[in-house]
Amino acid sequence: MKAFTYERPASAAEAAAAAVRIPGAKFIAGGTNLLDLMKLQIETPTHLVDVNSIGFDRIEPTDQGGLRIGALVRNTDLAADPRIRRDYGVLSRAIVSGASGQLRNKATTAGNLLQRTRCPYFYDTDMACNKRTPGSGCAAIGGLNANHAILGASEACIATHPSDMAVAMRALDASVETVAPSGASRSIPIADLHCLPGNTPHVETVLEPGELITAVTLPKPRGGLQLYRKVRERASYAFATVSVALIAKIEEGRLTVDRLAFGGLAHKPWRVEQAEHAVAGAVADSIADVVLSGARPTEQNSYKLPLVRRTLAATLEHARAGASR
Amino acid sequence: MIGAGINRIDGPLKVTGRAVYSYERQDAGQPFYGFIRGAAIGKGKIAAIDTAEAESAPGVRLVLTHRNAPKQGAFVNKPTIFDRPHPQLTTDRIEYFGEPVAFVVADTFEQARAAAALVNLTYGREDGAFDLANHADQAEPQATLSIGLPGETRFGDLEAAMSAGPVTIDQTYTTPYHFSQPMEPHACLADWRDDHLTVYLATQTVAQNRIALAETLGLAADQVTVDAAFVGGGFGSKLYLHAEAVLAALAARKLANPVKVALTRRQVFTLTGHRPEMIHRVRLAATLDGQLTGLGHDVNLQAAVAEPWIEQAATVARSLYAAPNRLTRHSITNLDLKAAEAVRGPGELPGLLAFETAMDELAYALDIDPVELRLKNDTAIDPELGVPLNGRRLADCLREGAKRFGWDRRPKTPGSRREGDHLVGYGMAAGIRMHFQGPTGAIVRIEPDGRVIVRSDTPDIGTGTYTIAAQIAAESLGIGVDQVTVQLAHSDFPPSAGAGGSWGASNLSIALDRACQQIRNRIAEAAGLGATPNDILADVGRWFPEGVEATGQTIGQADDPNFKNYSQNTYGAAFAEVAVDIATGEVRLRRMTGVFAAGRIVNAKTARSQLMGGMIWGVSSALHEAAHVDPRYGNWVNGDLAEYLMPVHADIPAIETVLLDDYDEHANHLGIKGVGELGVCGTGAAVSNAVFNATGIRVRDFPITLSKLLSGLPPMRTAA
Ligand SMILES: Cc1cc2nc3c(=O)[nH]c(=O)nc-3n(C[C@H](O)[C@H](O)[C@H](O)COP(=O)(O)OP(=O)(O)OC[C@H]3O[C@@H](n4cnc5c(N)ncnc54)[C@H](O)[C@@H]3O)c2cc1C
Ligand code: SF4
Repeated sequence: MKAFTYERPASAAEAAAAAVRIPGAKFIAGGTNLLDLMKLQIETPTHLVDVNSIGFDRIEPTDQGGLRIGALVRNTDLAADPRIRRDYGVLSRAIVSGASGQLRNKATTAGNLLQRTRCPYFYDTDMACNKRTPGSGCAAIGGLNANHAILGASEACIATHPSDMAVAMRALDASVETVAPSGASRSIPIADLHCLPGNTPHVETVLEPGELITAVTLPKPRGGLQLYRKVRERASYAFATVSVALIAKIEEGRLTVDRLAFGGLAHKPWRVEQAEHAVAGAVADSIADVVLSGARPTEQNSYKLPLVRRTLAATLEHARAGASR
Repeated sequence: MIGAGINRIDGPLKVTGRAVYSYERQDAGQPFYGFIRGAAIGKGKIAAIDTAEAESAPGVRLVLTHRNAPKQGAFVNKPTIFDRPHPQLTTDRIEYFGEPVAFVVADTFEQARAAAALVNLTYGREDGAFDLANHADQAEPQATLSIGLPGETRFGDLEAAMSAGPVTIDQTYTTPYHFSQPMEPHACLADWRDDHLTVYLATQTVAQNRIALAETLGLAADQVTVDAAFVGGGFGSKLYLHAEAVLAALAARKLANPVKVALTRRQVFTLTGHRPEMIHRVRLAATLDGQLTGLGHDVNLQAAVAEPWIEQAATVARSLYAAPNRLTRHSITNLDLKAAEAVRGPGELPGLLAFETAMDELAYALDIDPVELRLKNDTAIDPELGVPLNGRRLADCLREGAKRFGWDRRPKTPGSRREGDHLVGYGMAAGIRMHFQGPTGAIVRIEPDGRVIVRSDTPDIGTGTYTIAAQIAAESLGIGVDQVTVQLAHSDFPPSAGAGGSWGASNLSIALDRACQQIRNRIAEAAGLGATPNDILADVGRWFPEGVEATGQTIGQADDPNFKNYSQNTYGAAFAEVAVDIATGEVRLRRMTGVFAAGRIVNAKTARSQLMGGMIWGVSSALHEAAHVDPRYGNWVNGDLAEYLMPVHADIPAIETVLLDDYDEHANHLGIKGVGELGVCGTGAAVSNAVFNATGIRVRDFPITLSKLLSGLPPMRTAA
């Protein structure tokens, strides 16, 4: 870990300003991702701007009938909130499937969205990694990559985004609210927040330097059956191999897919809008064909293709069973 | 007192944070902190090294590299293993990824770590051999295993039995690299003063590591004190002397100031030992009614030229089943990886995972109940040594386990039981573990005021040794456990064979009981009585104004007739039920029963904990655990505990652990045998066999992860 300075501003505006005042500054929220990366010198901030005292730690109704989730709301509190559980079940389910109770108690809404990949070569500073050291190469390509991306990857990087929460938020069409060091605020659709790796895998989001996430807003409840199915190699405390966020509805007695997003497949939560309403009758294979079109698996992760199909089919079955109950 | 499941006497110290581990010891005054910088290549040399930047970093006291490291004693490949000197930073050659290339000492841990990253290195990288599969053709047969047993045993003609059949199994299984990864990382606080080195060391072997350190540093053994009062787990990985201890000691001497080092979790992967990857070939031949006519187990395992560790994986069948034609062999393939070491259940864990899975394949081929098949081939005489198998209660374990588990309800046809979204299967396997005995001393002292103090250098690595030592002394002296003070793991105390190989408890108990018996006799003599007085402590001061003490000794097995006249083992049987998600292939354990026979149990509670932990270890070997090497570079790819998977609480439902408690008169006069590793023996195969029973898919490349099952699962309804 490199030596760093530290401050704890009392407002969002101050925090955003502080983050550009000192070159190399970074925000810290729960610290569950950032501190690990600092110990390994993957992140080497010169200055930490602790955002834990800026407020934004509540969940409030919006004028549009949705909810505004403060950036500092802890994952545990968000998942347990009765409004979230009632109206946005997929979000609650996604969050509790992630990490561990202790981590979720610390982890924040913004921090979870901005957590970095779990690619093991990214974590090993003796290995080439374009995300960690732009231009150094990608050790995962040609290496051990059984849990890497099959969609949207590039010649420069095949890492996945590890968040479960973000997959549910993608299905729910959330928006990310930010404030810039200039004081200007904006709202970014979650679809646009994360970038594909392209030639610049170190650029992971569209956030500008010093731009602070203050909240995530959810549109008014969509209803429907909301499921989150996470496939993983042990029952808890493991990142997704594949995950599915599904909002399904019964229309004219038939199950239709209202929203569908995947985790574990790409550099960002993966949603293919054409795979949703277009496919009548929620036929798993037809939907999967659309979702997986353009998939470029490696030899080691090609099992994810059948896994996506089968997991989707099983999740749709659950929705059918749930609907008829 | 012996057998009582009493709580650990050091429990309150541990849960209140008052049990002080090596890295936390304050005895030496304010220490400096050391941090190891590891090589970023798997094979080659250091072409250039520049320490200027690191040396001028804040707080830095010393930067050691091969250029300025003090001269040390050379490595000697002694058969006693744990007392081998391990010099550090001796050359510019690099033999494995992460090998120490620099050691930075600073005022704080953070300063040392930051400065270590500032050492500038240029490497001359050479091509290395890093994967077993692609170099398996270079395997070299081994005549002798690291624990001294023959590498090859041969009886009759296995080839002939295989061609005669009528039913045969000839399969290859692979078991991966494993790590012990104890909770407490490897750590050392070294204090050098007045020409004497004291190390507070996380170790399983005090006397042996003392010699190893003395020889490395060019000191006499009595110039070195080792203190390991509390150790947070070992599982084999703290038997050996590792870099952190040597570097801490070198720096402490050079700086005339205490230095402490703890490995980071990633360094526990690179700088301690792993269980070698293995390729097993198992051959079985049987009659139609399930009588084994031949068995063979060939193992090819990874090794390193510098320090070969030949794990006894193909020995598991030697004493397990009768069969006239037998062949067990070991060979090693040298790779450019760190030397392998003992990891919990060396030999048995990977050996039984492969062999007992093969037995299940045979049962299936014969259409015989797997329990029945094992009972049929049970034997009272060791098939290879020709002597009786003492305490052979394998059949009892099998029958008791089958009854408790409800084995009769098992799905007879693989892949036939579906419950909701899951395929459900039952599996079982037998377990066997060699029982060892190593030279161990203990001293018992009764002070004039009646205080009883027990001492030995055997460490308590978290298994409960403090507690059982108190129990043994209490029983032998006829006093209460709370009247005994136990002091362990200090090199001033009588040397032991250490805590490992499941022998610490029995070794120590025998020695301790002998010491106590001597004391009883002396008191009886002094009191002029034919027998020891009832209240042994009451009048000690009267007869022995200076107090009284006696030492007891356990002899090594080579000198003990019990180990010539009998084949000493412990036994078990494991039964598991798994559910496999029919869509995704995720395997989850539903329940498990283990029944074990390990002689007389000293403490029912700590023994149960050992066995239960071992069973979970078995589950892990079947479903979760594998360290992966990148075949291009030779590095551990999943070198942290987020990616090196082992079961978490949610993976482990209720586990039933049953001990068939019995006094094994042929083991030793106390009837005690080892327990620590028995739980890992065969339990992985029970899970592997349950996965087959659930799905009809046989995975022979461990662990059984979902991607290996996916293509064999029934088709899904993916259309409308
Ligand atoms: C062992 C382990 C297992 C895990 N398993 C899972 C899992 O299964 N699924 C899963 O989804 N997650 C998992 N996680 C990740 C966990 O969810 C994240 O670490 C956590 O959500 C990060 O939140 P934080 O508040 O601690 O972020 P921090 O570590 O504080 O910050 C993360 C990043 O966000 C930035 N940041 C924080 N707040 C703001 C803000 N308001 N505006 C702008 N930038 C900000 C920081 O600068 C930093 O770059 C796991 C983590 C661990 C350690
Ligand atoms: S996949 Fe991406 S994160 Fe992983 S090594 Fe390659 S560039 Fe780095």
